[in-house]
Amino acid sequence: MEEKKYRSKYKHVGQPYDRKDAQEKVTGQAIYAYDLEFPGMLHARCLLSPYARARIVSIDTSAAKALPGVRAVLTGEDSDILVGLYMQDKRVLSKGETRYHGDVVAAVAAEDEETAEHAVSLIKVEYEPLVPVHDVDEALEGKTLVHEDINDLKHYVGVFFPQKDSNIASWNKSKKGDLETAFSESDLVVENEFSLPAVAHVPMETHVAIVQADPYSNKLKIWTSAQSPFAIRQIMADSFGISETDVEVHIPYVGGGFGGKAGIHLEPLATLLSKAAGGAPVKVRATREQEFNQLPTRAGMRGRIKTSVNNDGTITGMQATYDWDSGAYADYGVNVGKTAVYSGIGPYRVENASIDSKTIYTNKVFSTAYRGFGHLETHWTIERQIDILSQKLGIDPYEFRMKNLLEPGDKTMSGEVLTVSSGSPKDCLTAVVKEIGWTGRKSEEEREKEWKTGKVRGKGFAMLQKAPAMPANTATSVIMQMNGDGHVKMMIGAVDFGQGAITALAQIAAQELDIPIEHIEISAEIDTRANPYDWNTVASKLIFLGGNAVIKASREMLRKMKDVAGQALRTDPENLLHANGEIYHRHDPTRRLTYKDVALGYMYPNGTGIGGPLIASGSSMADGLTNLHPETGQGNPAAVWTFGAHAVEIEVDVETGNVTVLKVASAFDIGQVINEKLVYGQICGGVLQGLGSAVLEGYKFNSDVQLLNPSFTDNKIPTMKDIPLEIVPIYIENPQHNGPYGARGVGEHPMISVPSAIGNAVYDALGINFHVLPLSPEALVLGIQSGKKSILCTDVDCLPGLH
Amino acid sequence: MDKDCSMYIEHVESGKRKVTLSLTVNDRLVVRDVDPQMTLLHFLRDELKLFGTKEACGEGECGACTVIMNGKAVTSCIILAIEAEGAQITTVEGLAKDGKLSILQEEFVSQDALQCGFCTPGFLMSTRALLDSNADPSDEEIIETLSGNLCRCTGYIPILNAVKRTIERERKELGR
Repeated sequence: MEEKKYRSKYKHVGQPYDRKDAQEKVTGQAIYAYDLEFPGMLHARCLLSPYARARIVSIDTSAAKALPGVRAVLTGEDSDILVGLYMQDKRVLSKGETRYHGDVVAAVAAEDEETAEHAVSLIKVEYEPLVPVHDVDEALEGKTLVHEDINDLKHYVGVFFPQKDSNIASWNKSKKGDLETAFSESDLVVENEFSLPAVAHVPMETHVAIVQADPYSNKLKIWTSAQSPFAIRQIMADSFGISETDVEVHIPYVGGGFGGKAGIHLEPLATLLSKAAGGAPVKVRATREQEFNQLPTRAGMRGRIKTSVNNDGTITGMQATYDWDSGAYADYGVNVGKTAVYSGIGPYRVENASIDSKTIYTNKVFSTAYRGFGHLETHWTIERQIDILSQKLGIDPYEFRMKNLLEPGDKTMSGEVLTVSSGSPKDCLTAVVKEIGWTGRKSEEEREKEWKTGKVRGKGFAMLQKAPAMPANTATSVIMQMNGDGHVKMMIGAVDFGQGAITALAQIAAQELDIPIEHIEISAEIDTRANPYDWNTVASKLIFLGGNAVIKASREMLRKMKDVAGQALRTDPENLLHANGEIYHRHDPTRRLTYKDVALGYMYPNGTGIGGPLIASGSSMADGLTNLHPETGQGNPAAVWTFGAHAVEIEVDVETGNVTVLKVASAFDIGQVINEKLVYGQICGGVLQGLGSAVLEGYKFNSDVQLLNPSFTDNKIPTMKDIPLEIVPIYIENPQHNGPYGARGVGEHPMISVPSAIGNAVYDALGINFHVLPLSPEALVLGIQSGKKSILCTDVDCLPGLH
Repeated sequence: MDKDCSMYIEHVESGKRKVTLSLTVNDRLVVRDVDPQMTLLHFLRDELKLFGTKEACGEGECGACTVIMNGKAVTSCIILAIEAEGAQITTVEGLAKDGKLSILQEEFVSQDALQCGFCTPGFLMSTRALLDSNADPSDEEIIETLSGNLCRCTGYIPILNAVKRTIERERKELGR
């Protein structure tokens, strides 16, 4: 790595600065919501439904209430408040019917955790177990409705489309061209199905919320491990019928999010408990088991895709159907489903296409946003399909992709026209394919020869694309004030949960103001009373929107400084330049002031002051985006696309089914590196998380739809033993015309398409097409032993030849 | 532990059984009356208010709560406080000396071996225990040792880089 160091043309932007929060995090000083204690604070414990679907016949809380130290016991009878991001479909506490194994049936607040736990064990509930909705097929039959009241659920009208008397929380669509003709007139039409299970986010800090409900007003004070303080504020206000200003949200350091903390989760329950306990602060903290089975997950998905091509390798038509198993509630799941209709054909030029994306209720753990926001799932479908098409056509998969990848002037699925500043999918693919030394697919003979050694190598690659999935009017803001020492205090409303937001944004401010990054004071802690608005810390949107807001605020700060300095130096501010924390006259640099001289107002020798404390702000809003047409899905949903590609070389042990990843090359057209160290961190972290989805992770349910693996023992995530032998990051820098210094986001992208690239490499190695994740050792062994060339399911039951 | 129970002074306080515990934490002798069922993790956090040590699973599976006890890395969430009677404990708060970060901490910063930081104290302590017993471990030994610590952010490669650089620097600067 040493010899390939990234070099930036800028003084601060692009430099590999240490993250601003690092020192506090290596000394144990960093404080998380998990660490917070308050005078009189109570601790909560929840009683979860032991059934995926059951009628609550009776609840007896008398013994729990009588236990000394217990301050509040709540059941669904105590509150009818509904919460939800886009669909108000989730009760804080179950009433009547439970909808998943993990729904909260009762909750206790007590003086300590042990007492709360003891009290929960004293609650007696009589259930009548009901037959649950197991999967998307059963859900689509619609015999049992997970939400009987689906027709009446309050939802975001015009963006999401719940279907009457069904289990479909939203059915989003897009279409263009003439698919029927394309399918009938093309040389080859190939149809395939791909699927993958639900996967957990696994933030190391489990969800924690502390709420103090003021008994004398509507005021709620919330301290929480969440990604989106202002979304919590708005949803709490909506659900509790109070003003946003009544809700005060504090976010200290957050121990990982990955989308799992993007919405609202434990805050409403802590609020109800605090109210019931007379306004004492109540802390609700998920155990690791609850993090798996109570808090939301990434949806399982089944993709069906039909593609037509001509013998010359031109893709003529693509029809995709995505069925998302969103579990009991819609949460972010409906928005994941919506996103698939404008991104779900990949970065390809396809004139005739249609996408149907259904977010479906079942009685599983509910789903939410997860790093990649559906793109890992849709690309698992698209990029495996592209690989299979190239096999059938007998065309090299690199050449096949190059022929069909988007270029300037081409239209995306929703009809947006790409320009030269949109980034280049082709540059990404070419770079990674070169890096792994691709020379074409392995022949049958080569495979057979290697097979005899017990270990077979394979290479594969896959494209990826993602734009921030955000409302058309998404906005963020920044406030800056100059301190007395000429340093700059900067406040943002987005949360740094480890992705490096505060460091990267401080670098942009340092670049604009030309001061050392150490002179930018910025905190990861958010307090909605002081910090300015940000929509949500999600979608890899912060470098783009937040970076632009920082530039605006910095330029306003410079203008105001120069106005005061102009008076002090007796010149027109237009004659003034700035560098290294000083302002000077362009023709006579001896006429100069430091930022410190004007920070709180300039003072003349006789004591007279002018100017006053310098303060500036910057807002940034997505520009020119639109909602999508409800039937055709046409519109402008994407503020900025980031394209990328992964290429991998793997070795499969044909005896054990173990996949060793020898090399991963990952290229992203990020326009401009803001901090090389942070980008490298996102790539290493994202690739490994993607590898987890590829070969290890996935929820397993029994026939009663109870989660079988809610622990680290049974739901393994990658450890240091699973790292690829080599990761080569490649930064492509085709600048984004409206991005800060040309930059685009890259937080989520490294995770997307890692499973697809591994799946394609497994084909290269074994000559077997796997259609289902994870590609675990047992899945590979079962697949190999089945003798089949297409593996649609890796449960033992699906491969009867093995019995 | 090879100690018999009679060495603990047991008494009852506000109706709860308590034992008197004395041990050394970050070079400081501490004596407290504790519930005999209290874990070492809760003792460090609730009694000593050393919040650097984190709980992420409570089952000894993830390593976030790792501290060093008598030279060995232990997961403090599955050890009772009374098992640490008379022990020497080092937590993340004890790594920096004389107001200066240790080489290990400096390398975690400069290699960006952390993102959210929640698992970081555990990684630091597991690494410290390893390097204290073996100043020049192989990559395989480092990976074997640190595979008991989970991190969801970094992808581990920056952590491995930081550990390798620490070994190099400790050899050069401390003559280890």
